[in-house]
Amino acid sequence: MLQAALWGVLVSARTGSAWIGLLTGVVSAMGIAALLGYFHLRLRSDLILTGIALNIFCSGSTVLFLYLFTGNKGISSGVKSLVLPRCDIPGIANIPILGEIVSGHNVLTYVAFVSVLIAYYMLYKTPYGLRLRAVGEHPQAAASVGIRVNRVKMVALLLSGFFAGFGGVFLSMGYVSWFGRGMTAGRGFIGLVAETLGGRSAFGALWGSLVFGFTEAFAATAQAFRIPAEFANAIPYIAAIVAFVAYANRRRHSTR
Amino acid sequence: MRSNVFELVRTLVAVFLSLLIVFIFIVIVSKDPVRAYRLFLIGPFARISRLAEWLNQSIPLLFAGLAVAIVFQANQFSIGAEGQFLIGALGATMVALSFPEVDVIHLLVAILAGMLCGALWGVIPGLLSAYGLKEGDNLGVLVVSLMMNFIGFYTAYYTINNHFRDIYAGFMASPFIPSTSYLPFLSARYRINGGLVIAFIIAGLVWYFLYRTKWGYEIRMVGTNIGFASFNGINVKRVIIYSNVISAAVAGLAGAIEVTGLHHRYLWQSMPGYGFDGVIIALIARNNPALVPLSALFVAYLRTGGRVMERGSDVSAEMAMVLESIIVLLVTAEALLNLWQRKRLKRKVSQR
Repeated sequence: MLQAALWGVLVSARTGSAWIGLLTGVVSAMGIAALLGYFHLRLRSDLILTGIALNIFCSGSTVLFLYLFTGNKGISSGVKSLVLPRCDIPGIANIPILGEIVSGHNVLTYVAFVSVLIAYYMLYKTPYGLRLRAVGEHPQAAASVGIRVNRVKMVALLLSGFFAGFGGVFLSMGYVSWFGRGMTAGRGFIGLVAETLGGRSAFGALWGSLVFGFTEAFAATAQAFRIPAEFANAIPYIAAIVAFVAYANRRRHSTR
Repeated sequence: MRSNVFELVRTLVAVFLSLLIVFIFIVIVSKDPVRAYRLFLIGPFARISRLAEWLNQSIPLLFAGLAVAIVFQANQFSIGAEGQFLIGALGATMVALSFPEVDVIHLLVAILAGMLCGALWGVIPGLLSAYGLKEGDNLGVLVVSLMMNFIGFYTAYYTINNHFRDIYAGFMASPFIPSTSYLPFLSARYRINGGLVIAFIIAGLVWYFLYRTKWGYEIRMVGTNIGFASFNGINVKRVIIYSNVISAAVAGLAGAIEVTGLHHRYLWQSMPGYGFDGVIIALIARNNPALVPLSALFVAYLRTGGRVMERGSDVSAEMAMVLESIIVLLVTAEALLNLWQRKRLKRKVSQR
């Protein structure tokens, strides 16, 4: 996500096209995913530790490149980067209240909701999705019927990099119009919680993400209710712990 | 079982390869790569003030590495050292500011308070990973401990900002603590933190604890084979809890020492990143507390070198972070040196 957020900004500034920025951002995220795949699958490194190492790599190298191209180590506001356009849905945009809520969001917001459908379709309605799930469920069994387990795992990692890339680009080219060091602030891990909370399915991830989106939005407005900003900022993380533990317990009881 | 020599060679090869890769990075990035690289590698030795910076930087890293090594030995992927560090620093600052100014006792009480606060912060992830999560749910432990870091940071920030804030400082910091609670400097002229000595002593104690006591043995047994451990009558949940708490106490102590030994106030406005640093250091040291000081000194050296390079050339200090992450990648890549190992085995076999 960090790589995508950075390269989206840098490339859009250089080429003058937000879309090329988006593309580069997504590709860079997939590149990191490919590295993770190579180290985990080919060189048999521990997935979690490699993930941690790549996270560190990204937070270091993004600042490095940011400094190289903008001369600033904290924020990219020095370069004129572009923002992806907002989208008005014809028809709905003019309806009061509903129009305000549903229409006029960043184009990636709609992409996010559509990709839930795409991911769902891919995972549950295509042969490849079936294979992918089989590999996750029982790799040996999948291998015994001729599925190339490592190749499927690699594709899965690349796809996850693809979607994470959109997330990163949204942060720097939609949510705000600049790249800041460490701007993801643990969102990758929150995404993990959201997905676990949603029972590892596409629609579950949607609900999980909505819950966390709500806590973040609540944190942003909490000062209006005279809640100290520090506590408000901590709310999404507290919610993540509660959700994770609650989910783990529910699953444990249901399997007994 | 792999031999220790082989592990050492593997680590050294990984470090060497990473240095090579980073040199390529620098060549791409810099206009004067040789100069930048030289500053990076030998810069810290050029001046005594830089040596002091290096030593000071290695202290929290050493503690973080020890804290992570303890939980990793129990195979708990906890990276909560950062939050525990901050809460420890907070506890030490609060106590140092409110306790009567008695020589020696004041300092001891402040340091103990930091340790205790850190340990208490470690009770939460300990209990959660023992009772809240499924056994062996490494991802769960990782996520919970990571979230605790953010919560710890905001808790400390809130407390300092609202109750202990120095309104005359231009930024968010506590007032300076009274001088009776100062940990003496090793060298006052270069401000070398006296906690260095404590850090080395604690490294020895942690090694003794893990390899020479019953509790330490239990931790290692749970880490190697959780099923075998519980089959042999070890209370796994208890081990998970106390490994977390002891690791947290070490991290809290680090916070207390940073406050009493160097900064003399609470001044963390952003997260220092010691959780992940601890992971890097523990990994390079292969979770062995006796090797953690070396590995912490090494990583701190890279950081200092990075900063020297940034001041003296056009490459930014984050190159050190990139280098560390590449080392970790190569160290964890099990199959990387298998080829070499296989060749050596063949040679041995053919010699017989």
